[in-house]
Amino acid sequence: MAHEETIETVTGCRIRIMRKGKGEPLLFLHGATGAPRWLPFMDMLAESYDLIVPEHPGFGASDTPDWLDNVGDLAFFYLDLIDHLGLDEVHLVGTSIGGWIAAELATRSCESIKTLTLVAPAGIHVKGVKKGDMFMWSPEETVANLFHNQEIAKAVPQPANEDELMVVLKNRLMTAKLGWQPRMYNPHLRKWLHRVDVPTLIIWGDDDKLIPGEYGPVYRDLIPNSRLEVIAECGHLPHVEKAQEFASKVVSFIEGAA
Amino acid sequence: MKFYMMHLMPYADLDLDYDQKYNSAWITLPNSYYDPKKGAKLYNRYLDELEYADQLGFDGVCVNEHHQNAYGLMPQPGVMAGALARRTKKVKIAILGRALPLLNNPVTVAEEFAMVDNITEGRLIAGFVRGIGAEYHAWSSNPALSHERFREAHDLIVRAWTETGPFAFEGDQYHFEYVNLWPRPYQNDPHPPIWIPSQGSSETIEWASHPSRRYTYLQTFTPVAMLAKYMQMYKDMAAGHGYEATEDQLGWSVPVYVAETDEIARREAQPHIENFLNKFLRMPKEMLLPPGYLSLKSMLGVMKAKSSIGTKQTIDTVMEKGMFICGSPQTVREKLEQYQSEIGFGHLLTLLQFGTLPAELTRKNMEIYANEVMPYLRERTAGKVSVAAE
Repeated sequence: MAHEETIETVTGCRIRIMRKGKGEPLLFLHGATGAPRWLPFMDMLAESYDLIVPEHPGFGASDTPDWLDNVGDLAFFYLDLIDHLGLDEVHLVGTSIGGWIAAELATRSCESIKTLTLVAPAGIHVKGVKKGDMFMWSPEETVANLFHNQEIAKAVPQPANEDELMVVLKNRLMTAKLGWQPRMYNPHLRKWLHRVDVPTLIIWGDDDKLIPGEYGPVYRDLIPNSRLEVIAECGHLPHVEKAQEFASKVVSFIEGAA
Repeated sequence: MKFYMMHLMPYADLDLDYDQKYNSAWITLPNSYYDPKKGAKLYNRYLDELEYADQLGFDGVCVNEHHQNAYGLMPQPGVMAGALARRTKKVKIAILGRALPLLNNPVTVAEEFAMVDNITEGRLIAGFVRGIGAEYHAWSSNPALSHERFREAHDLIVRAWTETGPFAFEGDQYHFEYVNLWPRPYQNDPHPPIWIPSQGSSETIEWASHPSRRYTYLQTFTPVAMLAKYMQMYKDMAAGHGYEATEDQLGWSVPVYVAETDEIARREAQPHIENFLNKFLRMPKEMLLPPGYLSLKSMLGVMKAKSSIGTKQTIDTVMEKGMFICGSPQTVREKLEQYQSEIGFGHLLTLLQFGTLPAELTRKNMEIYANEVMPYLRERTAGKVSVAAE
């Protein structure tokens, strides 16, 4: 069965949501490249959960609201979205910039959150560990640097038409607005990560050229009830590059936390 | 028409083989390529050249701002303006860029420009730009906020120059409890002239031509066909606002090389203009156009177009497009007179040193231009203006 696609208006902002599956709600927050299409890992998660995949305000087919200035705004927005959809006991999963949003959200309130999964999340800075500069990478370098397995990198579809290219540019613009300076982090986030009081799984690829694996243990040590799992031979996008392994880690973590 | 000598002050001693190891002369080129002993000599040579322009009868000299690169060694152009302020006597001093969005405190520019304007008793021309895209990498300034910060910084500076302080500035990007400028600018009717250099942008022209501003729009280093298009756009927008744009509101900045004959000019200029194009200007698209620097629509156009960025350019390609004016005095006179009469700009900024052009050729270029091109054009265009005024 195909996923359903709807437009919801939350906090005055129209956003596009993809949804499929039955069970406890799992809210997936995408990274800098957005969520333009349904991906294999989503089917895997939709087998066990009511999977909800919004496109962030400012990304893809969603509106760019006037109030959107920083990742904290998106954290509050998603708290509003959880209320709007009437969700409770949500499994929150975020990757890269979406992991940053999820972490910010969880420092504000875990009231409706049951578990948290952060996949190579942005949001903090580790001094002396050099991150990749995605804004200096050419499109070819970007794809090569995001994946460990270059065969998979080569198979990544490029924008097929003007509309798809426009989405790429829009996502890149909002990523810059949210994360250019300071580069992909909030200097205040790490002070409050101790407030995250739900079981937390942190997943990192062992060959992440954007946010290096050294960030994983730092995040783990800042969030009280958390553990870190590293996926071998994997770049910055474990949910794409190692979809099966990623999905089974998420499912077994959530089952174990229940 | 008024005549200005523009300088970029490139690091002309650059090891030109750098591009075998690095993809740009900007941001990522290690500064071990810069030798302070050579750089010191270049700074003083370049300042001598601009001072010489004062003696040769130019109306103004122009400096600008670029960061972390070999293309232009003036990250703080106010320093050069300060050096020129006391050593020149007649010329206007145009600081064509400060890149306002880079600044955390635009009041620094209001102050610095006001100081130069006071020292020179009103010879300052204030240039405001967004800066090229590379500057946003160099200064970690967010390009997605570039337009917003530009406009707000501009408003702050103009208010600082024209309003009695102290006042509070309450912006979204900038907020100051006390703005109270000491010194006030020397030119107070209502403030120093403001020029807006750009490589061509309808948004910029719309903003600059607004009746509340009527700023001089300066088209920099673009094909002459584009120059004509943007100058006409300015005139049309002014007309749309119910006023006629004057020549004083339109300027053109272009590299020029004049020598005894067309052949000599081409031969002498070729290696140096090609170094300028292919070595000093070299940068990848991601460096030049960070997200937000252009509107999404303009960026889409750039992505769709087969870009000339990164492809080798020759002296012939830039001469054909009118991006570089090169030849005997007669050739250069004819071209500039033709473009001026067709397009109607009132400020001509000539880049008479470019790339690796050495001191002796720069001086020769300046002298021939000042003695055999400038007086002719000055007479021709002065006549035209007085006829038009009658």
